Amino acid sequence: MRKYSAVVIGGGSAGLAAGITLKENGIDDVLVIEKDDMVGGILNQCIHNGFGLHTFHEQMSGPAYAERFMIRAEEVGLDIKLNSMVTHIHPDRTIEYVNRDEGYVTIQADAVILAVGCYERNRGALAIPGQRPAGVFTAGQAQRYLNIDGYMVGRKVFILGSGDIGLIMARRMMLEGAKVYGVAEIMPYSNGLPRNIKQCLEDFDIPLYLNHTVTNIYGKDRVERIEVSKVDEKMQPIKGTEMYFDVDTLLLSVGLIPENHLGDAAGIEMDPRIKGPSVDENYMCSIDGFFACGNGLHVHDLVDYVTLQAQRAALGAVHYLKNGPAEEKAVKAVPGNGILYTVPARIHPHHIDKTVEFFYRIRKPMDEAVITVKCGDRVLRRQTKKYLVPSVMERMMFAGRQLEDVDGDITFEAEEVIHD
Amino acid sequence: MTETKQLTCVGCPAGCRITIEMEGGEILSIAGNTCDVGEQYARQEAIMPMRILTSTVKVTDCPYRVLPVTTDREIPLKMIDQAMEIIRTTVVKAPVSFEQVIIENLLDTGANVIASRSLPALH
Repeated sequence: MRKYSAVVIGGGSAGLAAGITLKENGIDDVLVIEKDDMVGGILNQCIHNGFGLHTFHEQMSGPAYAERFMIRAEEVGLDIKLNSMVTHIHPDRTIEYVNRDEGYVTIQADAVILAVGCYERNRGALAIPGQRPAGVFTAGQAQRYLNIDGYMVGRKVFILGSGDIGLIMARRMMLEGAKVYGVAEIMPYSNGLPRNIKQCLEDFDIPLYLNHTVTNIYGKDRVERIEVSKVDEKMQPIKGTEMYFDVDTLLLSVGLIPENHLGDAAGIEMDPRIKGPSVDENYMCSIDGFFACGNGLHVHDLVDYVTLQAQRAALGAVHYLKNGPAEEKAVKAVPGNGILYTVPARIHPHHIDKTVEFFYRIRKPMDEAVITVKCGDRVLRRQTKKYLVPSVMERMMFAGRQLEDVDGDITFEAEEVIHD
Repeated sequence: MTETKQLTCVGCPAGCRITIEMEGGEILSIAGNTCDVGEQYARQEAIMPMRILTSTVKVTDCPYRVLPVTTDREIPLKMIDQAMEIIRTTVVKAPVSFEQVIIENLLDTGANVIASRSLPALH
């Protein structure tokens, strides 16, 4: 059986960054396994601008961001296996994959980095009533058809869900000559980045219907009409508020979920709040030698943070390959009032190499909030932040010495500041 | 008469909410931005909104059907429909190199349309 120092599963933005960082830090025997016929993952279809501000200090398109990493991967001699699908991983770090040339192959790794990406919630997950015609797509699926395969998916479009992909696709379909009738969002606020509301909807006069959802789909072969209703506080449709749109296409941008069936089947502990593996400060999972990063760990809004966390996961793997796992009981980072989740979800307070950065999301939009981090009754950090929204991931850095006295779980809380 | 506009900055993902006060085409005040990018954005947005335009063009002799492209600088938002008419009818032959110029000086804006990635030729 072929043995590797490290195997990275997935050659998207996270996998490329992780693989490159491993090579740059003296781990020579690295393999990246990618199921598609090219690396870059979802970046290849994200042809819009806005990537790279943190990583490269300029804004670029998704393919351009990917290309920079491909060039670097070539420079460091990263070994990448394309058209290869990992079918199983095991706690002893054996990995099974299949491809056309080699058939069914089992390999062994000292460290495994899961960079497996995420998938889209679809119509079935929402249980939208109505007929079952063609013309209902997830937004990312339509994005792939249009931007990689070069097919227009429809001419008269409505979009359910105001996540970033939905907003980006609203603009994209308008640019290609389609008419976008509107975007419905079941929540009282959008789940997209503020700049995408501006440059994708407002620039093109596309209406955003907050507190609305699609309640029926009509059409025999192809979508002909949809029904949109206002919802009450319990997100239940209100009778008598129905609106009808004669469209041929409905795009769904209703959430992304980390693709974790491989890790789940191997017995890696999942954090139900992020639907990805629970990781420590080195991005190591509950089973030693497994690391996770990218959208397969938790869904990101910025690829720059995917890169950053993948690099940290790779450095975590380098540390593990040289020193083994930390011999210390981890303490939990607990999301308290107002906080949806934190990554990492646990830390080893006495094994932090210089710094640890927590990424977190808040539960609901707040114009101003005080973020408090506590260990028991002791306040470790308190800071005021403005314009917090769940769609924007926040970050907080601690020096290792600031956590030296931590002797139990630490809790993150967000309290809204209301000015009169 | 003083006119107050609320803008969302598109300069970075933070999306600062900027308030701009104007009177007869003159900017009186800009507030809410947290960096220089925001101030420049607000000044420009008040007079003539500018945007980066990204799309795809058809590509021949290539395993893929389309090439992603972007303007290499911002163009006026109001010219985007006109720009798309040109981009939609453009065909390029593979191989294509990264950041290769596909359309030079788009509509006299001074912006070039460039390839967002490299693409190989067929075989």
